[in-house]
Amino acid sequence: MYEFTYHKPQTIKDAISLFAKADDGIYLAGGHTLIPAMKVRLRAPTDVIDLSALDGLSGIHEESGALVIGALTTHDAVATSEVVARAIPALNKLAAGIGDAQVRNRGTIGGSVANNDPAADYPAGLMALDATIRTDRREISVDDFFTAMFETALEEDELIRSVSFPIVESATYIKFPSPASRYATVGVFISRQGGQVRVAITGAAACVFRCTEMETALSNNFAEDALDSIQLNADDMNGDMHASAEYRAHLCVVMAKRAVASLL
Amino acid sequence: MSITVSLIVNGKAVTQTCLENTTLVELIREKLQLTGTHVGCDTSQCGACTVHMNGRAVKACTVLAVQAEGAEVVTIEGIGVADNLHPMQSAFKECHGLQCGFCTPGMIMAAIDLVNQKAELDDQSIRKGLEGNICRCTGYHNIVEAVGRAAARMRE
Ligand SMILES: Cc1cc2nc3c(=O)[nH]c(=O)nc-3n(C[C@H](O)[C@H](O)[C@H](O)COP(=O)(O)OP(=O)(O)OC[C@H]3O[C@@H](n4cnc5c(N)ncnc54)[C@H](O)[C@@H]3O)c2cc1C
Ligand code: FES
Ligand code: FES
Repeated sequence: MYEFTYHKPQTIKDAISLFAKADDGIYLAGGHTLIPAMKVRLRAPTDVIDLSALDGLSGIHEESGALVIGALTTHDAVATSEVVARAIPALNKLAAGIGDAQVRNRGTIGGSVANNDPAADYPAGLMALDATIRTDRREISVDDFFTAMFETALEEDELIRSVSFPIVESATYIKFPSPASRYATVGVFISRQGGQVRVAITGAAACVFRCTEMETALSNNFAEDALDSIQLNADDMNGDMHASAEYRAHLCVVMAKRAVASLL
Repeated sequence: MSITVSLIVNGKAVTQTCLENTTLVELIREKLQLTGTHVGCDTSQCGACTVHMNGRAVKACTVLAVQAEGAEVVTIEGIGVADNLHPMQSAFKECHGLQCGFCTPGMIMAAIDLVNQKAELDDQSIRKGLEGNICRCTGYHNIVEAVGRAAARMRE
């Protein structure tokens, strides 16, 4: 890890002005993506701005029909939260399946969302639940947020404060984890609200995506066999040492069927 | 540039000066000479470096020392001594939950947090709870048995 200057601002305003002053600043939340990346010198920031002292960025609450999770809330806190269990239990399950216990004790939802790893779990949850990302300066609809692999609509110095999830009738998340890291080889999140179905798939392609074909099929007929005729194009999928593109395309439908079955 | 970090390690207040890019495990092993905490991979995978930070298991290779400012850290040296072992240590010894012992400090620290967090544990949930710790020797069977035995004793 290269050397850097460490800062621990007390307010969001200070965090943003530290970022502006730095040659190559970066925010630090749980550090479970950033620190490994710095160790292998994929990241070499001049200034690391630790968000942990900022007020009001962690915690979970319900707010007029939505579940709001602060950016610094750890995966473990979401996994074990009773507020989440009452509102959207699929998010307990999603968070409980991230990495391992130690990773969940440090990693945060804000870090995961800002990072937009193609195999991360949260992006699927945000997409399928039509979440809103609340930052220091605006609210961003999830459909505009995850723009490309490791890319989001966030400006360079923009800070996520929280993520707001509309509470839906039912939802679930099923993933086929990589046996080593437990990142999603393919993960499918499905939500149902008033006859509308949203299906988001992570792990399969360069960036999380909504599968509109599955959404239409399931909105007409919410049953496993509604997906029988659906075939995703392997050309759009990732192929790597964990799984070929063809296998991932196949897994998307298998995982989606399992998700549907668990909601019936 | 150097930075000063003050924290509590195994009940004792310590203040150390280190570079900003020092990890918590480097502080523990190299500055404080507490070499019971191991480094297996240094890439956040193996769990050999697991310590407790404010009561929860963390991989100390993936925490900056400065992030532990003001924190309470407990390492394997802080939970028991040779003639007064922690119930988790005794159970590992009785069940042959170790062979080379390299993963053991991390396993024990992770397992104690697991027992503290989960009211009920069976073999499956113990295996799931220890997914962040890799052992290349035992095949895990005796580790799972040890954790189950220790859990029962810790709850007595
Ligand atoms: C062994 C291992 C296994 C893992 N397995 C999984 C898995 O199965 N599934 C999964 O989804 N993830 C997995 N992860 C990743 C983990 O969930 C990370 O915690 C997460 O991706 C990043 O969150 P963080 O809080 O650690 O962020 P950091 O590492 O601190 O930051 C990551 C990035 O986000 C930016 N950032 C952080 N917070 C904010 C904010 N509030 N506003 C704006 N930008 C911000 C940072 O600047 C940085 O660029 C794993 C990680 C490890 C080490
Ligand atoms: S040394 Fe920290 S996880 Fe392997
Ligand atoms: S006992 Fe050798 S690695 Fe676990």
